[in-house]
Amino acid sequence: MAAGGQGPGVGNMAAAGAGPERGAEPPAPERVLFPPTFSVSEIKNKQRRHFMFVRWKQQQRKEKLALRKKRRKEREALGDKAPPKAVPKTIENQRVYDETTVDPNDEEVAFDEATDEFAPYFNRQTVPKILITTSDRPRGRTVRFCEQLSTVIPNSHVYYRRGLALKRIIPQCIARDFTDLIVINEDRKIPNGLVLSHLPDGPTAHFKMSSVRLRKEIKRKGKQPTEHVPEVILNNFTTRLGHSVGRMFASLFPHDPQFIGRQVATFHNQRDYIFFRFHRYIFKSEKKVGIQELGPRFTLKLRSLQKGTFDSKFGEYEWVHKRREMDTSRRKFHL
Amino acid sequence: MHSDDVVWDMLGNKQFCSYKIRTKTQSFCRNEYNLTGLCNRSSCPLANSQYATVREEKGRCYLYMKTIERAPFPSRLWERVLLSKNYEKALEEIDENLIYWPRFIRHKCKQRFTKITQYLIRIRKLTLKRQRKIVPLSRKVERREKRREEKALVAAQLDNAIEKELLERLKQDTYGDIYNFPIHAFDKALQQQDAESESESDVEKEEEDNEEVTERDEREFVEADDSDISDFEDMDKLETSSEEEQEDEEETEKKAHSKSKGKTPLKGPTRRKRPYLEIEYEKETEPAAKTKAS
Repeated sequence: MAAGGQGPGVGNMAAAGAGPERGAEPPAPERVLFPPTFSVSEIKNKQRRHFMFVRWKQQQRKEKLALRKKRRKEREALGDKAPPKAVPKTIENQRVYDETTVDPNDEEVAFDEATDEFAPYFNRQTVPKILITTSDRPRGRTVRFCEQLSTVIPNSHVYYRRGLALKRIIPQCIARDFTDLIVINEDRKIPNGLVLSHLPDGPTAHFKMSSVRLRKEIKRKGKQPTEHVPEVILNNFTTRLGHSVGRMFASLFPHDPQFIGRQVATFHNQRDYIFFRFHRYIFKSEKKVGIQELGPRFTLKLRSLQKGTFDSKFGEYEWVHKRREMDTSRRKFHL
Repeated sequence: MHSDDVVWDMLGNKQFCSYKIRTKTQSFCRNEYNLTGLCNRSSCPLANSQYATVREEKGRCYLYMKTIERAPFPSRLWERVLLSKNYEKALEEIDENLIYWPRFIRHKCKQRFTKITQYLIRIRKLTLKRQRKIVPLSRKVERREKRREEKALVAAQLDNAIEKELLERLKQDTYGDIYNFPIHAFDKALQQQDAESESESDVEKEEEDNEEVTERDEREFVEADDSDISDFEDMDKLETSSEEEQEDEEETEKKAHSKSKGKTPLKGPTRRKRPYLEIEYEKETEPAAKTKAS
């Protein structure tokens, strides 16, 4: 049959078009005819192959468009009885259900939170006072980042470490009434790690920090952040672990934001990455708000959560990121 | 002894010595038994058949000696003596072992021993301080995490999320009385159903808003409706002179916009213009508005 012996390298339209159609109806039941398949990749000549591929692609697109139009017509024809639109799958949709997801009405969780280390903060018994420091010998970028961070977080002080051990700093901090300690770790002149420790004997969280943008690197930024206490937005902290981390962040800021300042600090968790942004907002109408980015921005990824204060050797780890075990699924997130 | 000179003639400056490293100003000797580290006639362990060095192994110092008697036995060539941990005693031991040896070698041995003890002390001190832990980064993992972060950023739609959250908070009245948006105020009044003393005209305004809610939304586009609203307000206040009405309009409009600080939205100038435009309208449409009111 002519179909069987297709001219090699010939972009034969007739053959290509006829092939699949003929294959749809085998002529006789006695002689089984396999449909003469012809794939574009068999053409050896690159130019012709490319031409055939482009034509095939156009054909596919046309078919897809036709299918879509048909579906839309059907939908309109049915009117109200039309089946609901299919929702596209996203990673958030397909996320593996985490059994530690906190239900808003969960009493056990509420009780836990009423008695954990942040209870004094949330009962307004303590005012946050924060110490920001770095690893040894910070370079320019880290220093500037620390300064900007201290303008963003009210009631924070920056002290430089000159070779002091953290374990010795911590008792001194507790003695001077600090509630939180932030250590920014630096590597090759850029900040790349953050240790956040709640002081009296609170949990210590170790984050990997990436995408640090200082104020001057942000496009279309506004003026300097003022001294007003900003509001705090915590998005998407759903699991139990996420809840504790979220409360850690919330306890950095004083309880009563000054709405006059119109500043808001956001910690947004998406797929285990926590994005920090600092904006100034303005309500243009009751349905529209404009935001303008002020301060520094960075993203954090939780590496470990330790029960007591910072202690790398003997600490009791509540959660450690184990790459081999936890990064196996693309749809599984922990925060 | 004779062969030393020959060896030095050969290796030293003329021909190739594999332990020799040359720089612009000086040459060094890489031989591990070298006493000073420089390439000299007196420091070369190959060109001196009587030679001594001090070397340290695992924190202990040893004195190595080489004599011409053992020259034909390379495996037994270097004699090793353990030096005491006590600095002064060790110096005495060096002196004892190298008695009758050339002054140069004795002196240089003691110097080298001193240097070695100093750096051993420094090592011990440093290990007591905090060590910097070096963690290896896997390039593949770093790239994967970076890529995932970018995708997460796109999926997060941060600006939208923040705006939504702020509007939610506005709706739930966390901001209290700071923002006075008309419809917002209307909702509040509806929920509370209290005639507050702020002004009864406010309540009446809201009632009229109820009728003209849709028109208010299209404020930007349909100016005629605005003039109607303003006319109603004027009707309530029962003021006839057009100039006073204009002033009142401006005041009320300014009150409504008093909280839009900072950046003036684009509608600002166009809104501000309206009072001036209405000057013309009022004279023409007043009778029509009055009939509507009645």
